[in-house]
Amino acid sequence: MVLQVTLTLLIALALVVPTGRYLYRVFAGDPALGDRVFLPVERLVYRLIGLKDPGESMGWKDYAAALVLSNAAMALLVYLIFRLQGLFPWNPQRVGGMEPILALNTTVSFLTNTNLQHYGGETTLSYFSQMAGITFLMFTSAASGFAAAIAFLRGITGRPLGNFWADMTRFILRVMLPTSLVMALLLIWQGSPQTLSPFVQATTLEGARQSIAVGPVASLESIKHIGTNGGGFFAANAAHPYENPTPLTNLILILAMLWLPTSLVYTFGLFARNARQGWTFFAAASLLFLVLLGNTLVAESRGNPALHQQGLAGASMEGKEVRFGPAQSALFATVTTAATTGSVNAAHDSLTPMGGFTAMVLMMLNSVFGGKGVGLMNLVTMAMIAVFLVGLMVGRTPEFLRKKLETQEIVLLAIVILLHPLIILAPSAVALVTAAGKASISHAGFHGLSQVIYEYTSAGANNGSEFGGLAGNTPFWNITTGMVMFFGRYFSIIALLAVAGFLAAKKPVPEGPGTLRTDTSLFAGVLVGVIILVGALTFFPVLALGPIAEHLTLVGR
Amino acid sequence: MAATGATVKRSIYREALTDSLKKLDPRRQVRNPVMFVVEVGSVLTSVLFVQALLGHGEASPRFVGLVALWLWFTVLFANFAEALAEGRGKAQADSLRRARKDTMAKLLKEPKRDAEHTVVPASKLRQGDVVLVEAGEFIPSDGEVLVGVASVDESAVTGESAPVIRESGGDRSAVTGGTRVLSDWLVIRISANSGETFLDRMIALVEGAKRKKTPNEIALDILLAGFTIIFLLVVATLLPYSIFSVNAMGQGSPVTVTVLVALLVCLIPTTIGGLLSAIGIAGMDRLVRRNVLAMSGRAIEAAGDVDVLLLDKTGTITLGNRQAVAFLPAAGVTEADLASAAQLSSLADETPEGRSIVVLAKEKHGLRGREVQSLHAGFVPFTAQTRMSGVDLPGRQVRKGAADAVRAWLGNDLPDQVKQTVQDIARGGGTPLVVAEGDVAGRRALGVVHLKDIVKGGIRERFGQLRRIGIKTVMITGDNPLTAAAIAAEAGVDDFLAEATPETKLKLIREYQSGGRLVAMTGDGTNDAPALAQADVAVAMNSGTQAAKEAANMIDLDSSPTKLIDIVEIGKQLLITRGALTTFSIANDVAKYFAIIPAAFATVYPQLGVLNVMHLATPQSAILSAVIFNALIIPALIPLALRGVGYRPVAASTLLRDNLLLYGVGGVIAPFLGIKLLDLLLVLLHLT
Repeated sequence: MVLQVTLTLLIALALVVPTGRYLYRVFAGDPALGDRVFLPVERLVYRLIGLKDPGESMGWKDYAAALVLSNAAMALLVYLIFRLQGLFPWNPQRVGGMEPILALNTTVSFLTNTNLQHYGGETTLSYFSQMAGITFLMFTSAASGFAAAIAFLRGITGRPLGNFWADMTRFILRVMLPTSLVMALLLIWQGSPQTLSPFVQATTLEGARQSIAVGPVASLESIKHIGTNGGGFFAANAAHPYENPTPLTNLILILAMLWLPTSLVYTFGLFARNARQGWTFFAAASLLFLVLLGNTLVAESRGNPALHQQGLAGASMEGKEVRFGPAQSALFATVTTAATTGSVNAAHDSLTPMGGFTAMVLMMLNSVFGGKGVGLMNLVTMAMIAVFLVGLMVGRTPEFLRKKLETQEIVLLAIVILLHPLIILAPSAVALVTAAGKASISHAGFHGLSQVIYEYTSAGANNGSEFGGLAGNTPFWNITTGMVMFFGRYFSIIALLAVAGFLAAKKPVPEGPGTLRTDTSLFAGVLVGVIILVGALTFFPVLALGPIAEHLTLVGR
Repeated sequence: MAATGATVKRSIYREALTDSLKKLDPRRQVRNPVMFVVEVGSVLTSVLFVQALLGHGEASPRFVGLVALWLWFTVLFANFAEALAEGRGKAQADSLRRARKDTMAKLLKEPKRDAEHTVVPASKLRQGDVVLVEAGEFIPSDGEVLVGVASVDESAVTGESAPVIRESGGDRSAVTGGTRVLSDWLVIRISANSGETFLDRMIALVEGAKRKKTPNEIALDILLAGFTIIFLLVVATLLPYSIFSVNAMGQGSPVTVTVLVALLVCLIPTTIGGLLSAIGIAGMDRLVRRNVLAMSGRAIEAAGDVDVLLLDKTGTITLGNRQAVAFLPAAGVTEADLASAAQLSSLADETPEGRSIVVLAKEKHGLRGREVQSLHAGFVPFTAQTRMSGVDLPGRQVRKGAADAVRAWLGNDLPDQVKQTVQDIARGGGTPLVVAEGDVAGRRALGVVHLKDIVKGGIRERFGQLRRIGIKTVMITGDNPLTAAAIAAEAGVDDFLAEATPETKLKLIREYQSGGRLVAMTGDGTNDAPALAQADVAVAMNSGTQAAKEAANMIDLDSSPTKLIDIVEIGKQLLITRGALTTFSIANDVAKYFAIIPAAFATVYPQLGVLNVMHLATPQSAILSAVIFNALIIPALIPLALRGVGYRPVAASTLLRDNLLLYGVGGVIAPFLGIKLLDLLLVLLHLT
């Protein structure tokens, strides 16, 4: 078990430097692998979209406006596809239009890279919607978040923010399309379907007739993980044998989720012209990741003490696929919540209380690698808060990467760190005291509380994984989670782009022996401490009433 | 001028106590969002207390009452900290105010001593008026001396009792209102309207009345307000969670409002919120104690960030004057003969250089001072034409002076060996004085006296310290580059500006600033004003001109050139204190969570008792202990806030590590111990 997990993480680690370097080359404008193939295509795209000078940098306001407006246009398009899917081709199951509130929730969910699913893919969406709606947004939402992160990195390292359209084009073309293609082929090889034909009608051994759902699964599945999207083709997500057929595909999915979020931290170091800076942040995030992973692994492999008393020894297998077992399920659950993908290969509702605790904490922190791009932005936000809090203790006003952090930045950073608990705790409180909210909860007590907290945390962190159990497809939940996903995505991106814009405009302060260094093991420790103090302690009371109370009840028996 | 004595101190405390009550006024309290939230909580729990007394309470009146009481104490302690810091300034302001008596002024019709005058109150004087001040009278307002020379007692402003000379023209023409002319008279043009004088500004500054929050303080305030809102959210949503849990489990009762308020107050950063303004005021106060007036708080913060110090050579790096350090005789002359001749030529020379030659001759060769009269000698003073000084003895003349002047006197070239010595000394940064004598046999060079700038003791080590904390030192001097380089090397400065003029100084500052560096400098003359205005931290000598003082953002009342280094350290200390208490305050939250969360939900989830790692006696004692600890930590840290944390000039990484250990790790551990002790005490007193 330890060997499996270690091996997986070592492969992920080996990918960090080459990928991080490639990303830096592509986005810093250095000559990069594949220029000869991609440059002409890029030029063609720029001509098609009327972009005259892709090298012309935007101000933070223009960059943010381009991001928001392009996303708004895509939202409208996809909403119409969902609503009118009955009129479009590639609908062999003759699925009708999605009902309005669910369509809105689904659109926002995929637009914001959340992929919270209040629908079952095989019964609610046509193949056309799966491809033109879901898969399309999986590319663009990941690319939007990544573009924002690249602009943010440029800004905080004193460069112009860059051009949104060029960043989107390059990222989709040079990173997502080639890797998705290769990964889709691997998945098809392992047994994932990729077809437009109708569901297969089979006669079982007992003679019963069964309809087996198929469709363009492999193409969706690959970008779903590379783009840390997480929305399944089928309701059962990556636990479904067509989405994730074998232990090998399980490994590939895990690596795909970790791949870009971890590599981007190294890219950050290159942007900061100091690889150590990247590794420092990498170490801080890794430490939190490993501790929380260990927590889940131990909890899941120990199993449920209540069942042990009934004579059912062994690991917790409730809600897990036999082909993955407790270790691969625990690793998947940790990775999918750390990288805020939201894809699941086991039922999170059935995780042990401590396993569910880990999943929630990772989404609450939202910075332990985190989703594509935005995770790193959150990690850097925490680093800036850390610099501001403890940096004064070296006897200088706070500075981060040679830029002074002053009132205008602190206002925005304070909004960012306030927003995340706000969009989780406030709607949870409403849901727990209103009839409309409570009606969907399937458990009483701590587990019911966990269901609610998990749902909004998943929405707020743009993760999208479901705790199951909660009946999400009601107007109350569709509307509230839709709002949470929306606020969780755009406000922090805009605020942090503004921070990047402000910092880029500032004169750099020369570094010397009197400067607070942010690339040391000491600072990595400070960063972890601040993430725990500021990020985690905020949620301590609610975690105590949910998974912690549940855990203590189980072990206390 | 700092107020001392037990009675004064006691009155400061008494006044601070009443002030902390006055500050409860919500209109004043709202300026500090963190403490305002505590005050609202205090009012709320007080209402709940009354409700409990009437028998409808959510908990026992004693519990609610005790929580309310300690919340009030929390607010009062914070107010007291601020009032105490302000009070210390006020005591100083009072002693200044005594100097600002409403004197009468002799208003002149025209700027002449014997012009007609009318007597008007000083408060009626406007800018541009011309007044006469005679011996024994107070100078009515700030101004510029137009005519006259007088000795002035400025002790009311500077605390320095020795009188200073003020005269028209030059760098000693500025006078300050409230100071007193001791002898002679001055005709002064008034340069400030009543209420805007130096003394007025100083009073306002030390009183803290006009204190504006500094940029970093504002930013920190915002972040603390952000944290307060987050915790408000955490606590407010806890009630619905608790109600849901109680209903679902069918046991226990929802968390009470009293407990929620207690949790809120414990979690929000009250320690730093309560002490933040006191830290700022105390920082200003520490400067005032060193006789430095900061015209803005921003300047103190900038002082902590300074990367480059521009230091005047004379007075800061070297002792005021050059001194003789060696006699280097010409061929065929003994060192004793040279020393004797040099001493003779300097006996009547009252310049510091001349006196240092006499001292050196005595030290090295045991030559005692001789009476010029008994030698029937005539002293030849230094003139601009001859550029030499010396003595004429019967049948013998001795001269000393610059090499080319002496060569002219000799009428022929200096011997090669002497020329070599002269060059060597000049190259080493010293000043060569050639000594020559003449008698009937003719005139000849005897040798060279080596005059040298004496670098102050310990200054090299001080610059080394500054370098280690990342501050670059630049020596400013009017000397030629050769001399400057030698002194710079000896003093251990990082760089120097030779043959400095106001223009080159200004250019140098701009160059450093364009590289993102913050520059600090000292100046006193009017020609320093542009550079002072450009520098980030500009300290004007109080002895300097009005123009220099206007351009600067700090004024050093002692006019001591080394003060700049102290100012930087005070700036750093202020920032470190602020950071240390912020870190401490936030680190405290861990223990408070562990005290309150299990207590708050004890009835619905008794299993959460596992989190009660401190084994606090009862839920009520746990909550009370946390609240009391949270309140008491404020007065416990007041001395630290006012004094500032210790500052050592070491690299940032060392400082961060040490301070993190003390205030970060200590901040996590301390409340665990403190809350446990308070809990034991509460049990002992049967207050649970």
